[in-house]
Amino acid sequence: MGERDPRHVLAEVLASRRAGAFRHLTLTARGIPELFRPGTFVAASVAPTQMTRRALWIHRVSPTGTFGPTLDVVVEPRGVGGRWLADLTVGARVELTGPLGRPFSLPREPVACLLVGEGWSAAPLFPLAERLRDRQSAVTFLLSGADEAHLLTPREARRMARAAHVVTADGSVGRHGDVMSVLPAVLESTGAAVVYAAGPTALLRAVAGAAAAAGAQSQVALQEPLPCGTGLCRACVIGVRGTDGAAHQVRACLEGPVLPGDRVAWESLGGGR
Amino acid sequence: MTLVLRHPVMIAAGCGGTGPELAPYVEMADLPFVTRTLTRDPRAGSPGARMAESPSGLLNAIGMDNPGVAHFLEHELPWLVRAGAQVFVSLAGSTLGEYAELARRVGAAPGVAGIEVNVSAPDPGGAGIFEAREPFHAASAVAAVRRATPADLPVLAKLRPDVARVVESARAAVEAGATAVVVGNAVPAALPGGRPAGLTGPAIAPVALRCVTEVCGRLPQVVVVGCGGVADVAGARALLGAGAAAVQVGTALLRDPTTAMRLLAALGTDPSTRPREEP
Repeated sequence: MGERDPRHVLAEVLASRRAGAFRHLTLTARGIPELFRPGTFVAASVAPTQMTRRALWIHRVSPTGTFGPTLDVVVEPRGVGGRWLADLTVGARVELTGPLGRPFSLPREPVACLLVGEGWSAAPLFPLAERLRDRQSAVTFLLSGADEAHLLTPREARRMARAAHVVTADGSVGRHGDVMSVLPAVLESTGAAVVYAAGPTALLRAVAGAAAAAGAQSQVALQEPLPCGTGLCRACVIGVRGTDGAAHQVRACLEGPVLPGDRVAWESLGGGR
Repeated sequence: MTLVLRHPVMIAAGCGGTGPELAPYVEMADLPFVTRTLTRDPRAGSPGARMAESPSGLLNAIGMDNPGVAHFLEHELPWLVRAGAQVFVSLAGSTLGEYAELARRVGAAPGVAGIEVNVSAPDPGGAGIFEAREPFHAASAVAAVRRATPADLPVLAKLRPDVARVVESARAAVEAGATAVVVGNAVPAALPGGRPAGLTGPAIAPVALRCVTEVCGRLPQVVVVGCGGVADVAGARALLGAGAAAVQVGTALLRDPTTAMRLLAALGTDPSTRPREEP
């Protein structure tokens, strides 16, 4: 129970607003915002009938406000847990544990960085962009979604980054297509040395491969179900390759969910969410 | 030989990680902590989905994923002992000989407070573990452990929450030398696709209460630790009220890793030495 340890708190919903198909929740969570680093998450308890937790990327923290430090998460109202979270009203309480997981590694020197995110999963890339920008790295976003409603805030991305490319499956906004249809060109034009990606497993795998092919490092934010988030249950084990190339099992919640793309043994993962 | 617990709330096998994962949320000193079940050799556990929700319950098919007893003794036990936890080591063997070997090795390790014999895995066949189909099977594993364990070390037998057989199982385990019985383990169940799994969580609390009530009522001299679905102080009090000397919490830790502390605060922390009066 140290000062830098994650904590378990009863958080209060200060705001809930719709953003396209998603909901943004702003919560008080005593002690958690102060320990936040981009890429970490909170585990949320949902309806009392549900024994496992929902892992939510921390999307933003605000150090000061009327209610003290707060954090924001993005919720997709899908499944029992997602709907329960999306239905929370102002003043509702929710048990949160965090911040959990390993954060994104930041480059030591300022370099060109490309941040690739799909749908609500792109949430952890926004505070990462701010941190990279503070360290004088050139940040470019590549955001994708099924349609405009399933796109996480290109406007905010443009405010934070040098450029923000947008691609949608239905062409309702940005380019028509998927990430992989534009990624090689964006990698080339930005000359990115590091690619950060957040989204479904198939996307992460493809991005990690493309980054490696372009000679860039990659950091992927895995979106596996994390039943407890704290390392207790051992239900989230995935394969990773050590420096010796041999695969071994680790808990995604403890060793990840952010991992270097070239360390993930992709065949050990399911389809992701 | 009696069971002396420093707290009436124990961490159930397989639910407290290796210790350090739980440490941010609880005071480890004096915490009765049951390790995940250890086997002689490392086991990778189940491939594929390992967990699913069921209304008010949790289905798990971890498959006894563990690094083997040698790794545990060298790398995990020392941390728990340094942290001051009251360490109970959960063991499962594929044969009676393996139970004995495990007990010998664990019983000789400094800092171990007791052994919990897992004779109630929800899918022993799938896990390649000795199948305690009948109470005498469970008792033979308990006897193998008891014989190989120093006499001053408590041996707990963790039993299946099978209402029809649990009294007989408890009697046989105690006759085989168990210091106390843990009633019970996960209820055998299946994942949505049909793969064997264990059901835990509040969904099984009434089953655990029935089992504890039966054992305490029929075998009043036996020390019983209640386990199954305890998530709040009312659940803990129900098992204690039925005659359990202590309770274990497991699945609830996944939702709230502070559960043990919450319960201790509510129950008070009096040591629960409970060799009950001879009838």
